[in-house]
Formats: sequence, C-alpha cells, structure tokens
Amino acid sequence: MEKSMQRYWKSNLTYMTILLAIWALVSYVFGILLVNELNAFHLGGFPLGFWFAQQGSIYVFVVLILAYFLLMDRLDKKFDVHE
Amino acid sequence: MSLQAWTYLIVGVTFALYIGIAWSARVKDTKGFYVAGGGVPPLANGMATAADWMSAASFISMAGMISFMGYAGCMYLMGWTGGYVLLALLLAPYLRKFGKFTVPDFVGDRYYSSAARVVALICAIFVSLTYVAGQMRGVGIVFSRFLEVDVNTGVVIGMVLVFFYAGIGGMKGITWTQVAQYCVLITAFLVPAIAISAKLTGNFLPQIGFGSTLVDGPNAGKYLLDTLNQIGTDLGFAEYTAAFSGPGSKPMIDVFAITMCLMVGTAGLPHVIIRFYTVPTVRAARISAFYALIFIAILYTTAPALGAFARYTLTNVLSNASYATAPSWFKNWEKTGLLAWMDKNNDGVITYRAGAPFKGKPIFSGETGPAGQRLLKNEATDNANELYIDNDIMVLATPEISQLPPWVIALVAAGGLAAALSTAAGLLLVISSAISHDLYYRIINREASEQKRLAIGRVMMGIAVLVAGYFGINPPGFVAQVVAFAFGLASSSFFPIIVLGIFWKRATKEGAICGMIAGITFTMVYIIQTKFMGVAPWFMNISPEGIGTVGMLLNFAVTVGVSLVTAAPPAAVQDMVESVRIPRGAGAAVDH
Repeated sequence: MEKSMQRYWKSNLTYMTILLAIWALVSYVFGILLVNELNAFHLGGFPLGFWFAQQGSIYVFVVLILAYFLLMDRLDKKFDVHE
Repeated sequence: MSLQAWTYLIVGVTFALYIGIAWSARVKDTKGFYVAGGGVPPLANGMATAADWMSAASFISMAGMISFMGYAGCMYLMGWTGGYVLLALLLAPYLRKFGKFTVPDFVGDRYYSSAARVVALICAIFVSLTYVAGQMRGVGIVFSRFLEVDVNTGVVIGMVLVFFYAGIGGMKGITWTQVAQYCVLITAFLVPAIAISAKLTGNFLPQIGFGSTLVDGPNAGKYLLDTLNQIGTDLGFAEYTAAFSGPGSKPMIDVFAITMCLMVGTAGLPHVIIRFYTVPTVRAARISAFYALIFIAILYTTAPALGAFARYTLTNVLSNASYATAPSWFKNWEKTGLLAWMDKNNDGVITYRAGAPFKGKPIFSGETGPAGQRLLKNEATDNANELYIDNDIMVLATPEISQLPPWVIALVAAGGLAAALSTAAGLLLVISSAISHDLYYRIINREASEQKRLAIGRVMMGIAVLVAGYFGINPPGFVAQVVAFAFGLASSSFFPIIVLGIFWKRATKEGAICGMIAGITFTMVYIIQTKFMGVAPWFMNISPEGIGTVGMLLNFAVTVGVSLVTAAPPAAVQDMVESVRIPRGAGAAVDH
C-alpha cells in the first residue's frame, strides 16, 4: 500500500475508534452500566439514566453517523480518493 | 362514516398506490431486479431502508412490549437503532465499494471459496425466512381485527400483493413502494401518538410529553413517569423507570447481551445490507445510512412515549372497573383473544395486578359468564391478577382506548400493513436472490442468459412467498419472538466475518467457514434448548434473545484462531481488500 493510503486508512481507523467509543459510552455505559447512578439526576420528568436508555442514546447515534459522513468527506478530498 | 368503511377506504387507497408504483417501476434486467439498477438517490434509499427495517414487530409489538417492560424496553430501542452506527462505520461504505449483488457474493469473493458462499447463502435464507414468517403473521392479525376477515385469508391477500409488486418490480419496485410505505407507516404511528400526547400532557411532541406532567385526572400536575412508577408500586409491578429491580426484571448482563445482539444482528441482516448496494457511490452509502437512521429514530423515539401513554391510559381505564360498564372496545378486543378477563373472585370487577392471570394464551370455552365475559378454559394462577393483555394491543387499540376518531384507527391499520409488507418484500428479495443469483448463476450455471436468470429470480420469489405464507398461517411463535431468533442468527453468522473480511487482510476462507458454522450452531442449539426444550439458560443466565452476542464472540474467536494457522489469502484477494477501503472507482454494482 502506498504511504499516503496508509495514512488515509489510519485516519479513518482513528475516526472510527473515537466515534465507536462514544457509541458505547452513551448506550452501554450511560444507558445500562451506570443507569441507576444517573437516575439520581433528572432531566425534566425523566430520570437521566432512563432518558439515555430510551431517548438520548438514539439522538447521539444519529449525530455520530452524520459526523462520520462529514469527517470522511473531508478526508477523501484531502487524500484525493473521492468519487 | 363507520370505522369499517374508513378502514376499507384507507387500506384500499394505499394498496392501489403500492401497485401503481410497482407497475411503473417494473424491470427488465437482473441489475434492476437485484439492486434497482444501482441508481437510487440517498434520501430515497434512506426512506426505503427505514421501511425495510421497521417491521410488523417494530410497528405493532414494540411500543406494547416497552409499556410492559418499562426501563428494560431500552434494549429494543438502542438495539434496533445502534446497529446503524456499526453499519455506517464498519460495513456499508466498503460493501458498496465492493459492488456486487448480495451478501453471499461478498463472502464468496472475499473468502475465495464456493463453500463459504454456500454457507453464507444458507445463513441468509434461514435468517430471512425466520423473519418473513413474522411479517406475514402481522399482516394476518391486522386484517383480522380491522377488516374482519379471517387471519389466514389476510395472510393470503398479503402474499398475493407482495408477490405482485416484488415479482414485477424486483428491487426497483420494492424500493419505491417502500418509500411510499414509509410515509404511510410513519404518519400512522405519529398521528395517534401526537394526539394522545397532547391529550395527556398538553404537549404535542411525544418525545417531550413523555417527560412532562399530566394535565388532568387524579394525578394532574405530577410527572407522567413518576405517576407510572407510583401505579406500578401500588399494583405490585416493578417501578416503570427502575432498572434491574422489581418482579420479572432482567439482570444487567442480560440487558447488555440482548442490546448487543440486536445491534450486531441489525448490522448483519442481509435485507438491510443489500439496501446499500442500490446507491450510486460510497459517499451516497454513508449519507443514506444517516438518512435511514433519522427516519427510523422518528418512530423509535416516539414508541417509548406511546408505550408509557398507553400503559397509563389502559391502567386508568381498566383497573378496578366493573366489566359490565367497561367500554365497548374491551369486548371487541376480547373477541380477537388479545384481551381476556378471568373473574377469579366473582365480583364482576376487573382486578389488574402483576403476574399472569392464567397459564398460557387464552383458550375460550365458547360460553359466557354472568357479566357477559367470554369464559376461559385455562388453568388459573394463584395470584390476584384477572386481566390478560397481549403486547400487540397497545399500538392497535390505543387510538380506540383514547377515543380518537375512526379515521385515525383506520390509518393505524394501514400503517401496520405497510410496515409488515415493506419488510416482507425486502426479505423475499434476499431469499430469491440467494437462490437464483448465488446458487443458480454463481455456482450451478455460469452461462445462464439474462432472460433466464430474471425468470428464475421471479419464480424463486413466488416460491419464497408461498413458504412465507405457509409459516404465516402456521406460525412458529408470536411475532417478536420469531424476530429475536433471526437476530441471534444474523449476529452470530455474518457480522464477524464481514468485519474481519474488511479490516483484517489475513482472515482466511478456512477461518470464515469454521467461524460461521461455530457461531450459528452454538446460537441455534442454545435457542432451541432454552426456548423449545425447557432447558434453563445455562450460559451466565443469558436469555435466548441475547445469546447471539456470545455466538458472535465465538465466531470472531474461531475465525481469527483458524485464520492464523492456515495459509494467508491469495495476493489478489488481499488487493481486493485494499481496494474496497478506498472510495474512488466505485462503479455501479456488477454481476460477475
């Protein structure tokens, strides 16, 4: 693989790792592992952990996919591999 | 106009619309039949993916399941949306660049082996058949309740319709009807949810109303969720928002495993993956995953709100009400067997408490009791609960319970049908293409003409419809349970080997074949043992719905282990893996 392609792939993997870490944080950590601890806090009528489990994580998922699209769009152009 | 007339009108208009769209999108070549010619705009693909994805289970059963599970309903909500993050980041762009027709195509080429292709196509057929049976059943249930035809006749009507538009239009017809079906199903889901939210909380957005205060009744001024917690405690249920505690709640490890299994299964379901073959570029694949999840999130953030509203309304109306004065919808739904009342203490009052009122599903004796209720032959349990409520009733009956106008109720019927039909069509295409493309063209007859392949694709579609209809008439379990089975199998078979195939050049054919077989065998045996043979969940108390997570890890471990001790893949395959990692040069999908 060419040098620049290796750098392109590495940036892609970095983006992926960061976004997947956020994905796991909001769903598995906030929504499941720490749900009882977070339920001590409230967001309007929602206990916070419950909100993450039934609402918040889904909103974050949508944002994550958009972020990946935007980041990769820029990266593709930078490395001149866009379509 | 009566409810019946409204239902016939709205369902009739939507069916005519689907048929019209399919006719104008009919196809003449295999590329149109399998991948809609590869020219679907990302926004349309997002909408089609959402309709493809949201099945009868999402539309009819999910809000009801959540309303009985409270917090633990999050495993469906996160599981069936979080998988799109995996799909968008790990699979869709690369599979689009690879650019073939089917999932077994990728597996067969990446793992340079017909054996791997055959294992993949068997998995694809198995997963899709399990899933499609549930859809046909969903069609039957909607027909029987709203159009007052027999469930089996309903299934047959659904079969004819799906065969017509999937057969003539292939993927192209399916895509554009799914776009229309999305619009129907989301309207049908939102209208009652918004109306109920406004009625209960004064807030039009169900997502906000969910966390707001109630406007009238004895609990006016209190938060809805606090009130539900209170009602739960009073009647002996778990608190609505409490996690992992109270009667019947799942332990943390199980919620974790089920959520993971549904996420990974989502990303591994062939009928979802192939939707990303239909867009023109890698960039379009990435953005259409985003559109798809937005369209899905609209329903998935509304469903838990609707579940909570329905739970509150139903408990309020039915708990401690006398049967004689119960509203007319109670008797209507009693006829379908989705509601039942066993007057254990003979006081004529409906006592609603935690626990099952009697063993199994209602079996009516055909006689009526002193209050006019349908008598049951089931053996009573020793708790105080007298009320049987099926999950499916929550979405289907809530508009009636909340006294919304008949056209809203008719719209819900059309929405349920749209959800079931759109998913069924996508699944049938996977089954048809697995046999006619992967098996017949790629393995048996490489010389087959375009005409012949298209004809075989259509014949296979017809056979798949018949098989799905058979399972719809003789269902193997209730809708959501069957779907859970499909997720376990999808997560333990495809997901690991596709991800490794893209991100690890060293993965070999021996590794992939052993991994798929190990993952799917373990998962299947566990599900059959625990669901059908009465064995207690023996692996860390994980229930059969979540065991796909373990199957997936096993598949990963076996694939990696076996790959390391077998010869590296040929250079051509390694070059192919490098090329799928770079977006440029993704032409339209090709069939060789």
